Amino acid sequence: MVLFIIFCPIIAAILIMAGAPARKTALVASVLAFAAALFLLAFFDQSQRDFQHVTSFTISPDWHLSFTTGIDGLSLVMILLATIVTLAAVWFTGTIEKYENAFYACLLFISGGAIGAFASIDLFFFYAFHELALIPTFLLIGIWGSGNRVAAAWKITIYLAIGSFILLLGLILLYQSFPLAARSFDIRALTAAAGLGQISADAQRHVYLLLLIGFGILISLFPFHTWAPEAYASAPAPAAMLHSGVLKKFGLYGLLRLAIPLLPEGTHHWANLLVVLLLGNIIYIGLVTIAQKRLDWMLGYSSVMHMGYIFLGIASATVLSTTGAVVLIFAHGLSIALLFALAGELRKKTGTLVFDELGGLGKVMPFASLAFGFGVFAAIGLPGLANFAGEIMIFFGAFKNGWEMAHFHIFQIATVLALWGVVISTVYMLRAYRKTFMGTMNERWKEVGDLRPALRVPVVLVVGGLLCYGFFPQSLVQMVTSTFQTYLSANSSHLADEQSCSHGAVRRLRFMGPADGNAPQGRSYKVANKR
Amino acid sequence: MTITAPELEIAVLVLGMAMLLAEAFATKIDKRVLAFVAIAGLALVLVASFFVAPRASPSQATGFWSFYTADRLSMFFKQFSLLTTIFVLILMIDYAPVVRSSFPGGTLQAGLGEFFALPIFTCVGLMYLVSAIDFVFIFVSLELVAISFYVLVSFTRRNPMTLEAGTKYLVLSALSTGFLVYGIAWIFGATGQTNLQQIADALANPTTDRNAALLGMVLVLVALGFKIAAVPFQIWVPDVYQGAPTPVTAYLSVGSKAAGFVVLLRVLQPFLALPQTQRLIVVIALLTLIYGNLAALPQANLKRLLAYSSIAHAGYLLIGVACFDASAISFYLAAYLLMTLLSFAVLIIVAQQTGEQIADFDGLAKRSPFLAFAMLIGMISLAGVPFTAGFLGKFFIFYAAIAQHQTVLVVVGVITVGCGFYYYLKVVRAMYWQSANKTDKIPVTALSRLAISALIIATIWLGVYPQPILDALKR
Repeated sequence: MVLFIIFCPIIAAILIMAGAPARKTALVASVLAFAAALFLLAFFDQSQRDFQHVTSFTISPDWHLSFTTGIDGLSLVMILLATIVTLAAVWFTGTIEKYENAFYACLLFISGGAIGAFASIDLFFFYAFHELALIPTFLLIGIWGSGNRVAAAWKITIYLAIGSFILLLGLILLYQSFPLAARSFDIRALTAAAGLGQISADAQRHVYLLLLIGFGILISLFPFHTWAPEAYASAPAPAAMLHSGVLKKFGLYGLLRLAIPLLPEGTHHWANLLVVLLLGNIIYIGLVTIAQKRLDWMLGYSSVMHMGYIFLGIASATVLSTTGAVVLIFAHGLSIALLFALAGELRKKTGTLVFDELGGLGKVMPFASLAFGFGVFAAIGLPGLANFAGEIMIFFGAFKNGWEMAHFHIFQIATVLALWGVVISTVYMLRAYRKTFMGTMNERWKEVGDLRPALRVPVVLVVGGLLCYGFFPQSLVQMVTSTFQTYLSANSSHLADEQSCSHGAVRRLRFMGPADGNAPQGRSYKVANKR
Repeated sequence: MTITAPELEIAVLVLGMAMLLAEAFATKIDKRVLAFVAIAGLALVLVASFFVAPRASPSQATGFWSFYTADRLSMFFKQFSLLTTIFVLILMIDYAPVVRSSFPGGTLQAGLGEFFALPIFTCVGLMYLVSAIDFVFIFVSLELVAISFYVLVSFTRRNPMTLEAGTKYLVLSALSTGFLVYGIAWIFGATGQTNLQQIADALANPTTDRNAALLGMVLVLVALGFKIAAVPFQIWVPDVYQGAPTPVTAYLSVGSKAAGFVVLLRVLQPFLALPQTQRLIVVIALLTLIYGNLAALPQANLKRLLAYSSIAHAGYLLIGVACFDASAISFYLAAYLLMTLLSFAVLIIVAQQTGEQIADFDGLAKRSPFLAFAMLIGMISLAGVPFTAGFLGKFFIFYAAIAQHQTVLVVVGVITVGCGFYYYLKVVRAMYWQSANKTDKIPVTALSRLAISALIIATIWLGVYPQPILDALKR
């Protein structure tokens, strides 16, 4: 089943390149993948902590390299996100004037690559699948982009290529930092070996830094973010949806999957650096976002800014905050995809995304305005939409983290500063909404029509997802929280020995235990409490 | 009946002679038949080579086996040479009209016979070269390769560019041969041996004059640096690659380079005990990486771009040499064979329709989706995108470098990979973004279509499932 979800888009892409009818094939493939993901969700066994639906093909016994796929709660959430956004992106693609087949094939390659990365248990394929998206992105922006597409396409491709090669170095170093007998590309084997403390603290610091820079470039961590706004502003809407909604989340998924369980000492060591950088994302990029004069650029910057919250969840490495990070990854993926889709429609209908020229469009496009409102409020983090659940868990989890750095509780300071990010995002999001849909309407837009009924289906799907998980975030939390409990409980016993860090500062560790008052309630938690 | 390794070379040699005789006496036939015969013959030898059990020469071997080895590495590269030659011959058949047009006033078949026969002799030279473990034999087989290349490079001699290329290659190659002989003389003077194994034994002896031997090694390195296009011995590469007939360029950049690296590995083996050797190689690798990649950035001519890219790839291979990882180098070369020949195969077909400039590839995706896709695979494999052979090549090289803590090499390597993405994707950009000046379809013959498809499949296959090559290299 997992293999089916991975290869459904890829095979469809190959068929489309060979000449199958583009839109029909792409739609069928993405509906099938989405249905399969729902099937996996329905039959997901939450009591089992290990990977499920595992299939494995040996590639190289010498290197312990095999094509192994499977899902646990974490990867299932990511796959669900990927299939929803793929379906929405494919649906939102209208008729393409030139090379229609190539356009759909590129979209499906990006989607298949992302799903493959999320479902791979093997480190090598985890990396390789992500790279499947590199060339399609280059082509999508280069051929069908708008604005300064040439510069944007080069920038994103070179940035991501170098980022992923730095990541590759980190992964190779990670592989080599295990003793010879324990070397494997299987993430399960690595996690087990790391639980026994087989990576030296020194190696962890080196590997974590490489992974942080490599993944950081892919996630647009400040100051490696400059490719993102330009690329998203220039990319055609479906490409921006897939890239910012799904593909960028690969790096966050990678940090959660690798750095949290394998490199606790590295996480600890570089926490200060990461906190400073993520505050750069939240505060600095937040202010930059306010200054934007075009809707597409504003959305691009806002997607960079929101990565800061998720980084905060990962950096503080508590069960609550990492769980919150996953919820926010899911929610942000849906909300930013929705906003990019609607911005793309606006561009198609009005031909411009400059705030000063827009305005009052709510009168002529009531449905789009309503849907955009949902996206805006989700991005701000209004209760009732899934983003709120993620953000609040991250803030609570991070604030509870008691790591001390020279008598400062860095995470508490960071949380207080990050909360201002909510204010900043309220400013730019509401401002954008007002300038686009409210106010006096420019006479030019009288003839602009609302979204076609056919295009309302994916919008309803995405908004439904946001609302559903906004009211019932517990169903997401239950799926992922057991994974992080396993990861972090193995670490805390191992880390307790190392109290002093190289800065000479003393850090007291108080990992959020299962008995913590702020821990989310749920079945898996009760299981953990009994332990 | 069992086949032994030397019989493979003899078979190829006989094939070459037979072709020359046929060319001389059967004047009426279509000369392209000769090429098909050669391809079939080489394919037969290639199949036979899989039935030869690799065996290393015993350390105290005498006679023939003291200068010839048939270990796994040499068997792998014998097959490599045969495969390269087969593909080059296929490219030559496509290129035949250009050769013909460069002999004005000649008959329809003028010059084609030798054009198809010479690569066979080069192939024998390459096959001997990868087996050579004695400096005298290395010298002889290197000359066999070089002399046949002198003729091939300047084959379409009416073209001034080609003539310039031929002259440059002749003069500089002769110069490098001089360095080689001089180096061998120094090593022989210091150790009294020409056999590599015995040189290693002599160097282990504290009474040997190591400085003299080291000087000899450096001189030999100059000569081999010329063959593999390492900086600072790369000056000839862009001009010769651009001027030579395109199939010959492909042959130079794959066959000649691969054999050069095998010889380099064998020659460096005795000197590894000396710490200066590795430092020297690291410096050369750094220079080659930086020069090759930076100089490739502004190129507008695809053939010249591929020349600089061949220097850049020599840099990655030299990282492997600095870490002395023979299997990483061999895998990289196998990947390099596939992706380079793929790019040249498309280049030859397109260049006959439009030209060799990158701008001549504008809108190729519209004119021939098949050729554009083939070029796309070739370019992304050269750049190092996963699921292609080129990525795994880089993976193994970087793996070896990190295992040896070669931090500087790794850092420079990653930065230059970024450069590579730029100039390889420039070609992709031309094919897919730009609109075409002409819109007529580009015809592709069945044989080239077959060869190109095989190369595409092999590039992706090795990128996903590298185990066959790893098995073949396992010691």
